[in-house]
Amino acid sequence: MKLSLGPLLYFWSMDDIETFYQSMIEAPVDIIYLGETVCSKRRSLGFEQWLELAKTLAGKKKEVVLSTLSLIEAESELKTLRRYCDNGDFIVEANDMAAVQLLSENKIPFTTGPTINVYNAQTLAIMHKQGLQRWVMPVELSKQTLMGILSDLDDMGIKDKIETEVFSYGHMPLALSARCFTARAHNLPKDQCDLKCIDYPDGLQVKSQEDQSLFTLNGIQTLSGLRYDLYNELDEMQAIGVDIVRISPRSKQTLELVNAYYKKIQNIEDTQPYTIKDNCNGYWHGEPGMLQNSL
Amino acid sequence: MIELVCPAGNFPALKEAVNNGANAVYIGFKDDTNARHFAGLNFNEKNLPKAIEYAHQRGTKVFVAINTYPQPDGWSRWQRAVDTAADLGVDALIIADIGILDYAANKHPQMNRHLSVQGSATSYESLKYYQQNFGIKRAVLPRVLSVSQVAHLATQSPVELEVFGFGSLCIMAEGRCHLSSYVTGESPNTCGACSPAKSVRWEKTPQGLESRLNGVLIDRYDDNENAGYPTLCKGRFTVGKNTFHVLEEPTSLNTIEILPELDKIGIKAIKIEGRQRSPAYTQQVTQVWRQAIDHYYADPDNYKPQPQWSAALNKVSEGSQTTLGAYSRPWQ
Repeated sequence: MKLSLGPLLYFWSMDDIETFYQSMIEAPVDIIYLGETVCSKRRSLGFEQWLELAKTLAGKKKEVVLSTLSLIEAESELKTLRRYCDNGDFIVEANDMAAVQLLSENKIPFTTGPTINVYNAQTLAIMHKQGLQRWVMPVELSKQTLMGILSDLDDMGIKDKIETEVFSYGHMPLALSARCFTARAHNLPKDQCDLKCIDYPDGLQVKSQEDQSLFTLNGIQTLSGLRYDLYNELDEMQAIGVDIVRISPRSKQTLELVNAYYKKIQNIEDTQPYTIKDNCNGYWHGEPGMLQNSL
Repeated sequence: MIELVCPAGNFPALKEAVNNGANAVYIGFKDDTNARHFAGLNFNEKNLPKAIEYAHQRGTKVFVAINTYPQPDGWSRWQRAVDTAADLGVDALIIADIGILDYAANKHPQMNRHLSVQGSATSYESLKYYQQNFGIKRAVLPRVLSVSQVAHLATQSPVELEVFGFGSLCIMAEGRCHLSSYVTGESPNTCGACSPAKSVRWEKTPQGLESRLNGVLIDRYDDNENAGYPTLCKGRFTVGKNTFHVLEEPTSLNTIEILPELDKIGIKAIKIEGRQRSPAYTQQVTQVWRQAIDHYYADPDNYKPQPQWSAALNKVSEGSQTTLGAYSRPWQ
């Protein structure tokens, strides 16, 4: 199995983004997804700068994929989306069906992110004909469903032509809205949000009135309160045919995580024990996502 | 004239919709193939023919929602739902899943296909995808666009557009919200349920009345507060030191005041949410919206929403209040 670094979901400064990806050059990740996938108002890096960064990382032997905005509302967002899709150098991860349309219409191969609704092999087969090479399973699906899909792909004779990636570590993207919840938490309207997301490099915690971690606000996106963590499932994932394990960037400890996952996948003894804290893995086991199954 | 599309969770509700002026009713089967998979709701193969006959005899169309996402072990159930609805001669299938759209387009090419709101198409490029590949005739737009964004989309859309006019308000892009499965294991996409009733618990405590969803505290009410259904996105949670409706308050969508704008934009149909509600709800809401639409077309330049319409709609709204939701920029 390969290791990938998913697109940065949060709003960081240009310096922080560059320092972060610099630190990933030597890290054992095979694939890096780059681009703004959440909010078109976040412009620490513009399209050209993401492209520049993509070229730098590609020069360091990383496979780079450009990842697109997940919720398209405005014409200006379509315009940026077209630039991603027409970049000419890098494969594109579609996070909205508008991207699938632009890419398939122009016969450009593509991958799909977790916010594209692929719940069965029939859907994958159709998109494969249109250029899909890889898909990231929607986060709410289980190991059982994945096994069913892979078995159906096998029956269709296309299992080996499609790579399967699983979101495996990090706050899970659960929902998208027209409303900006980070702005709302500051009593600000979205149009005057003061780019408040910059203050929350790992999102803004939402708890129940009993102090139970529930969600994480990230602008118009709502993430899970707990971090998904499939570290203990890696052997099983490999056995059922997962090709790529995705780690979602966080502001601290991403490098340690990548190393720990890499060692587990490669069966390299880790001198530092992996201590899982406040994480969840329910979805993988066909249970409510927030549950912690034998962690 | 803009079409009024009304919800029917059972035969009595369907009759109310038909008799109070709906141009179309939308219904679902008694299983997880539709996004209102609730106990005691929906139609089976036995009463559906009678329902269709009742509606058709009175000039009302029947749309069938098959708008959840089949996983491998459910695939044949979704296929059967498509075949059953098509064989009974309904007027359109409302579908979200790409695999099922493809199946319907190949097996029943003559049958009208509408893209469900659960298909989550928010741009004309996305609509083109569904039109070019599966020949959809119409799409229901997610409740994430402002009126000006809807207007712009309408100028470029390759298909008819249907928008939500009234009812419970999803504040997330429909078809791409997993909040419910994160807490309960069941979501609209997988099970046709959001914040399912079987996961709900109410408890009187010294701190007040508490509502819980799979054990998670969703809200706590003082004696003088009205308690609402514990839908996850309408709960009272804590951010920092503040406890408030972090995502949205209990409220319903109501667009009756922007009906003229929706018509001028070229919207083909207004959808009323609420297949899970009572026949009395369907009766009330259908009647008010029929009046509003007729009133508008009788004298488009002098359309004014009547106070009695809002009063009637507020009575059947969540939290007894309504909003324009994302149609209005300040809401966002």
